[in-house]
Amino acid sequence: MVTSIMNLGRSGVSDWLIQRVSAVILALYTIFIVAFLLFHSDLDYSAWSALFAQTWMKIFTLLALLSVAAHAWVGLWIVATDYIKPANIRIATLTVVILALFVFVVWGVQVLWGA
Amino acid sequence: MSRLTVSIYRYNPETDDAPYMHDYEVDTQGRDLMVLNVIQMIKEQDSTLAYRRSCREGVCGSDGMNMNGKNSLACVTPLSDVVKDNRLVLRPLPGLPVIRDLVVDMAIFYKQYERIQPYLQNDEAPPAIERLQSPEERDKLDGLYECILCACCSTSCPSFWWNPDKFVGPAGLLWAYRFMADSRDTHTQERLAELDDPFSVFRCRGIMNCVAVCPKGLNPTRAIGKIRDLLVSNAA
Repeated sequence: MVTSIMNLGRSGVSDWLIQRVSAVILALYTIFIVAFLLFHSDLDYSAWSALFAQTWMKIFTLLALLSVAAHAWVGLWIVATDYIKPANIRIATLTVVILALFVFVVWGVQVLWGA
Repeated sequence: MSRLTVSIYRYNPETDDAPYMHDYEVDTQGRDLMVLNVIQMIKEQDSTLAYRRSCREGVCGSDGMNMNGKNSLACVTPLSDVVKDNRLVLRPLPGLPVIRDLVVDMAIFYKQYERIQPYLQNDEAPPAIERLQSPEERDKLDGLYECILCACCSTSCPSFWWNPDKFVGPAGLLWAYRFMADSRDTHTQERLAELDDPFSVFRCRGIMNCVAVCPKGLNPTRAIGKIRDLLVSNAA
């Protein structure tokens, strides 16, 4: 058993499952947004804000946002442990990544539910 | 008369500051020799060349090396499989420390093999003669037990290059599953518990270099997938 402290899930299985589930959510969200844009070629502000005014769209978007954060955390932790060998630089890099993801999520909540 | 240029990685840490490539000319007389035969012909020209070999028929796994960019056993690789433009480049297995020329230090590879406890473990009292297995149970070991630990797969795996101390590697994981799949072994849960971290199994990204190079035609990626399935169904 190899220990690790900065991955998102505590075990290999949980990281693996988070990565897969978040990937599916992001794929569905991407397909939805692309399809919406294709079906609304004359898209204007009112149609776009009407879409995001609906609660299900806010929930779907927040879900996608959380999936980005989780997916990026797991994925970038893997990339960092492969390529950044000095532990102090790796911890610093991952700390910046995780804090940035936190900011994006909070900011996204404000965009979705703010005035 | 057919000349083949063989470029070989040379490094003797006692006399060389850095590794270098040295070209040898070999007359194969038009025969489709095995790469190991060619190395032996070069050894007659230059006795300082160091390499490992033993059975010369793909059983012992000693002469794993990188031939024109692909890992395999020199003794079972015919020139026609690897030579391009009459040129053959021989390098030691990638990712492991070089002891000399084509000889690498496989200590970390064996350490990962040792970690998966590659021996049958059974807590039940042994029967008078032997532990029996049905033909169907025995069939589950096919494609697993044939591994000869030549290290061609693990040293072609980028995940093993970056984390050889943490990622078990395709060879070790194939062996781990060989014992999980064995009906006579009762320690599957303990074996899984030892591997349930983000490195040991899950550092496999499924690029299947191991499958592409295995000289015995085995499929470590499939075995790793089976271990992952066991870990997931255990934990869910």
